[in-house]
Amino acid sequence: MNWIWFHKLGSPKWFFQWANKWSKFAFFIGVLLLTIGVVWGLGFAPADYQQGNSFRIIYIHVPTAILAQSCYLGLGVAGIVSLVWRMKMAPVFIKAVAPLGAVMALIALISGAIWGKPTWGAWWVWDARLTSVLILFLLYMGVIAIQNSLDDMQLADKAVAVISVVGLINLPIIKYSVEWWNTLHQPATFTITAKPAMPMEMWLPLLLSTLGMYGFIAGVAMWRMQAEVLVREHRANWVKKEVLDNGI
Amino acid sequence: MAFESLNEFLSMGTHGPFVWSVYGISLVLLFGCYFSSMKAKKDQIKRLKQRYLREQKS
Repeated sequence: MNWIWFHKLGSPKWFFQWANKWSKFAFFIGVLLLTIGVVWGLGFAPADYQQGNSFRIIYIHVPTAILAQSCYLGLGVAGIVSLVWRMKMAPVFIKAVAPLGAVMALIALISGAIWGKPTWGAWWVWDARLTSVLILFLLYMGVIAIQNSLDDMQLADKAVAVISVVGLINLPIIKYSVEWWNTLHQPATFTITAKPAMPMEMWLPLLLSTLGMYGFIAGVAMWRMQAEVLVREHRANWVKKEVLDNGI
Repeated sequence: MAFESLNEFLSMGTHGPFVWSVYGISLVLLFGCYFSSMKAKKDQIKRLKQRYLREQKS
């Protein structure tokens, strides 16, 4: 297998120029798919036979919940890369993506609470799924707090890499919480590998809004990473050239 | 459309306040992600530009 792309991604200069090309593309495709998915889900998908129209919250709840976990998986992998190979882009990724993951977890929690009220009769229950996602949100907040409280950048990078890796243990707990424990939260209805537990007219808009959310987050994450690269590499000649040539 | 009229769409059965508050809050938070990220990059470019120009003068 050719690993050149992996080494290239580790180079701040290469990443910056690559992101210049692809960030807008990812962002606009993401917003487009998200819009189509949400409009379809809100206005055209049939109502659920049990939950009525409150089920339409799914088109925000599931994409953000998936992204909250994917972002954390990314943090964990970047944490390992940062600790083992000391690649420059790994701590940049962690710093840029942690706040986005936190927002994703927050939206998943809020939308879940608002969905829970008409469906379960309660905004919040200390159910295994809800609690493990709350812990995910708190892990993100921990990463952000430590990143911002340590003045020594290398020490901060190392500390957040360690927490990111340790927090990975929470991901299988979230995934299997609905199977291991008797939860109020329903088991997964959105799968790509197996036949979905919902009709196509409900599943397709959910697929689009999830893919759209990936594109949106990929786009904004690249901008944040670029900003961080500029901070860290401001002494490099290529940064100087890039900045002075920029029309802003 | 899954709804007969605009009114029905807005009221979402009896679930209107729940559904629309979720989409409203999400829109605000997602816009915040977009705006803060775009601004982070732009501000950094501006800051460095001023710094480099200052260094060139001195």
